[in-house]
Amino acid sequence: MSTVDKPAEDHGAPEAFEDPGLPYHRPRRADVDEKAEKRAERQVAALFGISIVGTVVAIGAYFAIDMSEEIDSIRFANMAIGIGIFLAMIGIGLGAIHWAKTLMRDHEMVEERHELRSSDESREGAIQNLKDGAADSGISGIKRRGLLVGTGVAALLAAPLAILVPQLGNMGADWNTKKFAHTMWRKGMRLTRDPDGTPIKAADVTIGSAFHVIPEGLNDLEHGLIEEKAKAVVLLLRLDPRDLKVQEGREDWSFDGIVAYSKICTHVGCPVALYEQQTHHLLCPCHQSTFDVADGAKVVFGPAKRPLPQLPIAVDDEGYIIAQSDFHEPIGPSYWTRLKNTSDGLSDSTEESSH
Amino acid sequence: MGTRLNRAAAGTANYVDERTSIGGFVKFFARKLFPDHWSFMLGEIALYSFIILLLSGVFLTAFFVPSMTIVTYDGPLETMQGVEMSEAFASTLHMSFEVPGGLLMRQIHHWAALLFTAAIVTHMARVFFTGAFRKPRELNWLVGFTLMILSLAAGFSGYSLPDDVLSGNGLRIIEGVTRSIPILGEYISFWIFGGEFPGEILIPRLFTMHILLVPGLILALIALHLFLVFLHKHTQYPGGGRTHKNVVGLPLFPVYTAKAGGFFFVVFGVVALVAALFTINPVWNYGPYDPSPVSAGTQPDWYILFIDGALRLMPGWLFDVIPMEWEFWGYTLSWNLLIPAVILPGLFFGFLALYPWIEAWATGDRGEKHVLDRPRNAPVRTGLGVALITFYVILVMEGSNDIIANLFHLSLNDLTYFFRIGIFVIPVLAFWITRRIAFGLQRKDRELVLHGNETGRIVRHEHGEYIEVHEPLDEQERWLRVGYEDIAPLEIEPEFNDRGVRRKGYRWDRFKQRLSRFYFEQRISPVTPEELEEAQHAHH
Repeated sequence: MSTVDKPAEDHGAPEAFEDPGLPYHRPRRADVDEKAEKRAERQVAALFGISIVGTVVAIGAYFAIDMSEEIDSIRFANMAIGIGIFLAMIGIGLGAIHWAKTLMRDHEMVEERHELRSSDESREGAIQNLKDGAADSGISGIKRRGLLVGTGVAALLAAPLAILVPQLGNMGADWNTKKFAHTMWRKGMRLTRDPDGTPIKAADVTIGSAFHVIPEGLNDLEHGLIEEKAKAVVLLLRLDPRDLKVQEGREDWSFDGIVAYSKICTHVGCPVALYEQQTHHLLCPCHQSTFDVADGAKVVFGPAKRPLPQLPIAVDDEGYIIAQSDFHEPIGPSYWTRLKNTSDGLSDSTEESSH
Repeated sequence: MGTRLNRAAAGTANYVDERTSIGGFVKFFARKLFPDHWSFMLGEIALYSFIILLLSGVFLTAFFVPSMTIVTYDGPLETMQGVEMSEAFASTLHMSFEVPGGLLMRQIHHWAALLFTAAIVTHMARVFFTGAFRKPRELNWLVGFTLMILSLAAGFSGYSLPDDVLSGNGLRIIEGVTRSIPILGEYISFWIFGGEFPGEILIPRLFTMHILLVPGLILALIALHLFLVFLHKHTQYPGGGRTHKNVVGLPLFPVYTAKAGGFFFVVFGVVALVAALFTINPVWNYGPYDPSPVSAGTQPDWYILFIDGALRLMPGWLFDVIPMEWEFWGYTLSWNLLIPAVILPGLFFGFLALYPWIEAWATGDRGEKHVLDRPRNAPVRTGLGVALITFYVILVMEGSNDIIANLFHLSLNDLTYFFRIGIFVIPVLAFWITRRIAFGLQRKDRELVLHGNETGRIVRHEHGEYIEVHEPLDEQERWLRVGYEDIAPLEIEPEFNDRGVRRKGYRWDRFKQRLSRFYFEQRISPVTPEELEEAQHAHH
C-alpha cells in the first residue's frame, strides 16, 4: 500500500532529489510493552470516570444550590454547574483522544488521489445529454422555440417582484425619510432634565456645569418616545461669556454664556456625552470626534466633519430656559439629502407638524 | 449475549441498507484517511463552537422574548428596580438571574460566539499561509470566506438582541453608516429599522435573522464545505512519501472518530469552564438601551473592532483643510463614513475572496496541489498575509485606542495620528520584513542541506587546521528542505507576432507577467544534488 509516487512536480531534471518515501515508523511504548498498554487503558478509564463525576456535579449543583435569594448565590450556582459541565465534557474528550493516541493505530496509511476532472467520456456524455434535453424541449436545436424561451425567461425574472415588492414595500413603514430632518423641539418648549423631565432655570446653570437635556413633554409621548429622544437630546452648558465666541448670525441663540447643542454626533450618531470643562471640548466616546463648545462646537479632532447643531435658546418669564425653535439643520450624521431637507422650508414644516 | 447483540446489529444494518444502500457510504467513509497536524484542528474548533452555539442557543430561545415593548423591571436585581426597559432586555435579565444555569448558558453562548469567529479567522489564516486554497480548493475557499462573513452577521445580530445601551449604540452606528450610502442609504435605513431608528420592530427582525436565517445558511454552507473536503481529500504537509497524488494519514474510523470526536468535548469543556469563571457582556451593568447615555472605554465584540477602528482612524478633515464630507448640488457625500465602513471592508474582503485566483494568475500553474507549502517557501504570499494581518491589527488597536491610551498613559490623539500614518506604512514594512525572514529561513535550509548540522565536535587536522565536524542531514530532513517547487516568473509571448500584428490578450498577459515577477523575481531555489555533491567535495 505504501508505494510512493514521485512528486508531481519533479523539476523535470533527472538530477533532482528522490523522494525518500515514508519515514520509518517507530512503535509506541504501548505497542511493545504490555504494562504500558494496561496503564494507558487505566488512564483512559479514569478520564471517562472524571466525566461521570462531572455530570453528577452539574446535576447536583442544579438541585442543591438555592438561587432564589441573592445575586451572589446565582453566581455561585452558575460556577458550580459550569465546572460540572467542564468536567463532564473534558473527561470524555481527553479520554477519547488519549485512547486514540496510545492504543489505536498510529501507523500511517497511504491512499491514492484521483484527479477531480471527470473522464472525457463522461464529459461528452454530459454534453450530449444536455444537448438532447435542449433539443427535446426546443430551447435550442433545429426546432428552437424562441418565443417560449423569451417569454419564459422574462416571466421568471419578473415573478420574484410579485413577492418582493409587497414585502419590501411594507418593511420601511411610511418611508418618510424627511423625518430625519426634524426633532420635536418647538418655539417656547422648555429644556428639561434627562431623564426626569424637570425644567431648568437659567440661574441653576452655573459656569462650567453641563446638563443632559430632553424636551418638555417627551416622557409623556405615547408613541415614538425613543425615536424622538434619539433625535432631540441636547447638552446644555454654561461658559464664561468671555470664553464664548459667538457665531455669526447666532448672536441671540445663547443666553449669558449658556449654550445648547445637539448631543447626537454628526459623525455616526453616538451621544457626545463627555465634556471637558477646562478646554470646553466635547468628546464622543464612540469614535472620539471632538467639538469645541466655545467656538460653535466646531470639530477640532476626529472623524466628524460638521459642528454639532446648535439649539437656539432663550429664557421665559419664569426664568426657565426655553427653545426658540427646532434645530435649523438636521441633527446627527450626514446623509444624501441632508441639505435638501433643510434648505426649503424647515420652518414651514415645523409649523405644519406642530399641530 | 454477544452473538445476540451481533445478530441484532446485523439485522438493523441489513434493514437500513436494503432501504438506503448505506453500505456503500460506510465502506467509502469508514477508512477514509486524514493526515495529522495540529493546525488542521483550527477548522474543527470553528465547527465545534458552532455546535455549542446551536445547543446553548436553543436553551436561550426558550427564555428570550424578542420584543421592544417597554416594561418596568420588577425582578431580583436591585439596581434595575423600576427601570423602564424593553421586554428583550427584561427577559435577558430574567434568564440571567432567575433561571438556574441561565446566566451560564448565556455566557457559554457568548464565549462560544467569540471562539467561533476567532477559530474561523485562524483557520482561514492557516489555509492562506500554507497555500491550501490552491487548485482544486478555490471554490471551497469561497465557501469558507462566505462562512466567515456569515459568522460576523451571526455575531453582530446576536450581540444586539439584549437591547442594552452598548449594543444599541452599536446599532445606531450601523444606522449612521447605512444612511451615508449615496441615494439609497436613507431608504435602506428605513427598510432595516421599519422607520426611524430605533423603531419597535428591529429586535424581532434581528432575532429571526439570528436564529433562523443566518444559522440556516451557515449550516448549509458547513455541509457544502465538509462535502468538498471529503471530495478533495485533505491536504497534507510536505514530507517523505507525501505527494500531490496521494494522501498519507490515519483512518476516519476509529482514529479520527476518537480524536476529532473527543476534541469536540474538549472544546465544549473549555468553553464551559471559561463561561463558568469569566463574566462576559454583563448587560445588567450597562442598562437598557436609551439614546442619551453612553460610557467611555466600551468596545464592541472583537470581530467588529476593526470597522470601529477604521471609523475612528478616518479624519473628518484631511490635513485640516480638505473636508471628507462633500456637498454638491445640494447633496451630501460622506467619505468619512463611506471610506472606513463601506469601501475599506469591501476592498479588504474582496481581496481575500479573490486571493486564490490572484495567485493562480501569478504562478500560471494548472495542476492540483495537495501538498501544503511551508510558509517560508512562498515568501511573497507569506509577506502579503502578514501585511494583511498587520493592517487588520492596526485597525483593531485603533478601535481600542482609548483603552490603550489609558493603559499606557499615552495621548489618545497622538495614538490616532500615529495609526493614521501607520496604516499606510506599517503593513508595507511588515510585508518587506516578513519576506526577508522567509528568504533567510530558506537560506538557512540551503545551508543545512549543503553542510549539515553543526555537531559541536572540533577536530584538528594533521596540518594543524581546526574544523567543526558537520553531520549531514538524513534523507527525510533533506527532502523536507529540497522538495519544494521552484517557480520562475511567467514568460509570455511577445506583443507582436512575426508579421508585426498586435496580439490579442497581450495586456492581460503582461499584467500576469508583472504579477508573476512581483511574486517570483526574487527567490531562493532549493539545493540540487549537483550543488550538494560540490559542497561535500569541498569539505574533504
